[in-house]
Amino acid sequence: MPTVKIPPVLRARTGGESEIAVAGATVGEVLSALAAAHPDTREQLLTDDGQLNRYVNVYLNDEDVRVLDGLETGVSDSDTVVILPAMAGGR
Amino acid sequence: MSTATGPSDHTRQRLELLPVDRAREEIDAGVRLIDVREQNEWDDSHLEAATHIPQGELIERIDEVAPDRSERLLLHCRTDNRSSRMAQELAGLGYENVAVIEGGILAWEQAGLPTESGSGLTAEQRMRYSRHTLLPEVGVDGQLKLLNSKVLLLGAGGLGAPSGLYLAAAGVGTLGIVDDDVVDESNLQRQVIHNTERVGVAKTASARVAIEALNPDVEVVEHNTRLDASNILELLEPYDVIVDGADNFPTRYLLNDASVRLGKPVVSASILGFDGQISTFVPHEGPCYRCLYPVPPPPELAPSCGANGVLGVMAGVMGLLQANEVIKLVAGIGEPLIGRLLLYESLGTRFTELKVKRDPKCPVCGDEAVEVAREAMGRFPDYELFCGAPAREPSPAAA
Repeated sequence: MPTVKIPPVLRARTGGESEIAVAGATVGEVLSALAAAHPDTREQLLTDDGQLNRYVNVYLNDEDVRVLDGLETGVSDSDTVVILPAMAGGR
Repeated sequence: MSTATGPSDHTRQRLELLPVDRAREEIDAGVRLIDVREQNEWDDSHLEAATHIPQGELIERIDEVAPDRSERLLLHCRTDNRSSRMAQELAGLGYENVAVIEGGILAWEQAGLPTESGSGLTAEQRMRYSRHTLLPEVGVDGQLKLLNSKVLLLGAGGLGAPSGLYLAAAGVGTLGIVDDDVVDESNLQRQVIHNTERVGVAKTASARVAIEALNPDVEVVEHNTRLDASNILELLEPYDVIVDGADNFPTRYLLNDASVRLGKPVVSASILGFDGQISTFVPHEGPCYRCLYPVPPPPELAPSCGANGVLGVMAGVMGLLQANEVIKLVAGIGEPLIGRLLLYESLGTRFTELKVKRDPKCPVCGDEAVEVAREAMGRFPDYELFCGAPAREPSPAAA
């Protein structure tokens, strides 16, 4: 199963887990499966109509899915899906 | 060509002494030339094409300059005594094709051929920066670039403290510091440019004390103010590189918009908890901050270090990665993090690199972007909705 890397700001919503293996053949299916397993993550990742929130960056391995096929991007079992939040802390 | 006669030593028999006119032809053709004289002699006068390696260092350093032992090498000194001796030592190491300029730099000058003088570094600077100048990638030229560079630290906090100290030690000639905060006890767990005695002192003034004690070559310019749309263009304008250690999204977007407009590179890092991110944004060479993060996250996904905590060492790691990027940009060496976002997870000690592409539709640096008006910089039409604070009055620093 593909692995999803959970950023620190979302770990409170995944019971503290930082890497979660979930089933799915596309990025969208993987994120939906994550949201099904950890419902509190859904509102942060996806809009009400199932699109990716604009402030959430999602990478398939090292490539931004926005330059691939977005949520339709195909995912294989050995892939890693990285959820990336912007962070502003510098102090 | 004449051949030195001397002891029956085989290598000495083959020592090639090259008259200056022949030496000049080879130098013009790009043959590597090494001046083995001492520093004071080099400073008085040297050949433009020469690499300077004093004879006492030559054997130790020859591999870094000329790893290929079949490469043609020319050596010279003042006459040709020291260079002949060194040529023989190199032959003993297996260098097959070493020649010496007959009569050395004296003969060169007598022939009316050009030289130049001075290394550009003072005697004190040669000592202070010797570990830099020994690196072929930096050298005297790179050190002079650092000494002539102007770098602006946005924030003298968690990131600005380590990057400011190391950039000062590295000899960045002018360090501007923007910060309107004062040193607090809770800063000292990571902001190593400040100290216990200076709690309550303005951060810009405290940083100046530390930097001036470390390196008198550095001119510190204090900007004890908060960046906003009304002052940012004037603040950035004199600087070559900006180090972004801001603590809030409005300032990061404001800095991005202004730096793209001015064409200034920004080394951007952020830290939270045990995690850090860094990338280098060079306008129009790679993506900008808005290409990476088109819109800021909602407040619950953007906690501040003050609210959430940060491992002090994380600030050091990420701040020094920023200093490293600055030095590469200034010296023109290596591969800056342009188009790459590096993530560091300190608990797992893992680095992850992600690709960041320039967005052709980016409103600030994209193909159809128009210059952002001063009052519009850093703004979003619906920014208050996202962050609960207008761009020009960011929420208080979470120091």
